[in-house]
Amino acid sequence: MAGPAPEDREKPTGRRNSQGIRIDPRAEAEAKPRRTVISALVDHKPGVLAKVSGLFARRQFNIESLTVGPTVDETMARMTIVVEEPEPGIEQAKRQLRKQVHTWSVREVEGAIERELALIKVDGHDPSGVAALAEMHGGQAVRADDEVVTVELTGTEAEIDAAIAAFEQFGVHEVARTGTAALASGTRSTA
Amino acid sequence: MSKSHPTNESEASADTEELSEEASDEQTAKKTKGAHSVVTALEKAEVEITFGVQGGAIMPVYDALADSDIHHVSMAHEQGASHAADAYGIVSGKPGVTITTSGPGATNLVTGIADANLDSDPIVSLTGQVPQDMVGNDAFQETNTMGITSPITKANIFATSPDTVGDDVGTALALAAEGRQGPTLVDLPKNVTTSETEVEPSEPTVPEAYQVPPDEADPHSVEAAAETLAAADRPLILSGGGVIKSEASDQLREFAIEYGIPVVTTMPGLGSFPEDNALALEMGGMHGTGYANMALSHCDVLLGIGTRFDDRLTGGIETFAPEAEVIHVDIDPAEISKNIHADYPLIGDAGAVIEQLHAAMPGEPDAEAWRDRTMEWKATYPMGYETPQDEAVKPQFVVEAMDEAAADDAIVTTGVGQHQMWAAQYWTYTEPRTWVSSNGLGTMGYGAPAAVGAKLAAPDTQVIAFEGDGSFLMTSQAIAPAVRENLDITVAILNNSYVGMIRQWQDAFYDERRYESEWDWGPDFATLAEAYGAQGLRAMGYDEIPEVIEEAFAYDGPSVIDFHVDPVADVYPMVPSGGNNAEFALEADHL
Ligand SMILES: Cc1ncc(C[n+]2csc(CCOP(=O)(O)OP(=O)(O)O)c2C)c(N)n1
Repeated sequence: MAGPAPEDREKPTGRRNSQGIRIDPRAEAEAKPRRTVISALVDHKPGVLAKVSGLFARRQFNIESLTVGPTVDETMARMTIVVEEPEPGIEQAKRQLRKQVHTWSVREVEGAIERELALIKVDGHDPSGVAALAEMHGGQAVRADDEVVTVELTGTEAEIDAAIAAFEQFGVHEVARTGTAALASGTRSTA
Repeated sequence: MSKSHPTNESEASADTEELSEEASDEQTAKKTKGAHSVVTALEKAEVEITFGVQGGAIMPVYDALADSDIHHVSMAHEQGASHAADAYGIVSGKPGVTITTSGPGATNLVTGIADANLDSDPIVSLTGQVPQDMVGNDAFQETNTMGITSPITKANIFATSPDTVGDDVGTALALAAEGRQGPTLVDLPKNVTTSETEVEPSEPTVPEAYQVPPDEADPHSVEAAAETLAAADRPLILSGGGVIKSEASDQLREFAIEYGIPVVTTMPGLGSFPEDNALALEMGGMHGTGYANMALSHCDVLLGIGTRFDDRLTGGIETFAPEAEVIHVDIDPAEISKNIHADYPLIGDAGAVIEQLHAAMPGEPDAEAWRDRTMEWKATYPMGYETPQDEAVKPQFVVEAMDEAAADDAIVTTGVGQHQMWAAQYWTYTEPRTWVSSNGLGTMGYGAPAAVGAKLAAPDTQVIAFEGDGSFLMTSQAIAPAVRENLDITVAILNNSYVGMIRQWQDAFYDERRYESEWDWGPDFATLAEAYGAQGLRAMGYDEIPEVIEEAFAYDGPSVIDFHVDPVADVYPMVPSGGNNAEFALEADHL
């Protein structure tokens, strides 16, 4: 086939970054990951959760938590997804979610009120110490068995991380966490 | 079972008996089975043809289909059924439908569904399933069809009741065709299709939650994009498969010609712009023309329409159209800035948005110098090959000879490999829906069953399948239904005794170690064709080519031509995977 070799051709000068954005000398850096809470209202149907989690897994989105539960409308469920991704990824995640045929609406929750529930099974050698610490973290000891005390706590993800770290002084046997639920503040609707 | 004719109640008076008989007649008239609802839903959506293979779990649907005017084409393999349906969908614009059984009947479809998914082709798969009370028990021929197909369908539905199964099928048909097209599936447990119902399926609709994209894009964005395009020095249109899917080829032609903007097409976009027009730069990307890739690399405004900026088109992201502001028209918001950042996202139907842009253009871009440059590139990097008469036939020549002999509006289907690329490069596409190929998934064996589906969608149009010897071997059994249906198609095998594309990559990137790529052990394809009951032909040299083509075209029924071609011909130009489009290789030394 005829024509000059690659090195003998006229060359374009520009470049894009790996996100496909034309490199602008003013903003050459690639976007940094950002943590955000995405809320989606979906049809309350079997298979919807599997589809959404499959979608996120395939694209290797960095999911911190994904929770699903009923809403005031019993035909719908709310999914709350906490992701940490660079900007184009977050936008992609929202668009991919929105385009599912069983999704009604998707929003990034601004000024979110975020809570997570944790059950923490702590070693029971010092039940009153455990109870006191639970109270300090806004939770309570809900059950004392022979050898363990179970504590219930709600809070933001970070608060719960901190509480679990604090309970380590007694010895933590098991932890169960729900992942984050979130609502937009004030009269703003969540999704 | 529950026929309510009074039998043992002969004590009843004559009067009451008459009454109850009337009532029960009315009842039996209304009562049907879930399977009938499935068929009624197909009829309501004006489905004329279905493709498939029978099996235990789907037998009730086949039994109901027997009473319908729908033409069912039994294929020899479910993969073939899905490709036939896919091609039917591409050519007709309406969803192609398959009906197959559970278990292997469903898993054999998977390749075809994944193929349709990557190419946004409208197909609907109706799969049988074991009865609901056995689901999850590893029953005979049970497979988790919903789970397997979830990531490769636009939507899949598990039918749960004979009362709603017709609507499920209607929804699947509507969803496959609406917005960005794609594959849908309805899994039909046997108890659902065999149970009685009195509910008639309603008109097919999409689910309420489904976001139907607007036809028109945001007018302010359109205005801004039009201004940018009109001010461009080096404007370029990249026309994708979406232009064809939205029937926007006419609008695109008018627009490009009126404003003098050169057009590159993606592979699925072949036929969206006539390649015999001076503005046509033909296909871009990995095996695109040198001039298309030069234009992509040097344009300053790129108007991408109905394209997902696939990696085979873009090459490395960093070097793709590096100087261009990008206007991206797409019906699927999730495509915007997925791969290439869109400076001007225009979400809407391709045809409607082109019309909007047309109306908003403040003037014609001053692009005469740019057009001249594209013409120079055409002269500098011409497509071509040599044909020494004492050497084996060049495969590119076969494509051109077929094009020359075929009708102008002939439809081309292809397998996957080198032959597919030559069919893309050396056939002149001038009409939409004439390129029917496995673009995104690259499924070997697509060509022959696709020719069956294409011919059934366009019985009066000539259909030619280009296949490779390896690719054809994967689905050659599709010739059997082509013979049974007496489909006048021509399969042209570019037989190089290699899985040639693999051999080309081995030569280029694996030190010429041709490990397992020589396929000189295949059948004699002309004899194989005859065994199927088709016409089998063979051409060994240049002199035999016109004659076999004539014979094939004259034959009323399927013909297979085994063209023996140069075993080591390579596809060029080539941009290596992830490479820079501007640095396309014209020969091995350039790689
Ligand atoms: C189902 C499938 N398996 C494997 C491949 C990988 N592959 C791509 S091209 C090719 C060779 C095709 O050979 P042939 O059909 O003889 O066509 P040629 O390249 O020689 O024209 C192979 C094996 C594929 N695309 N599809």
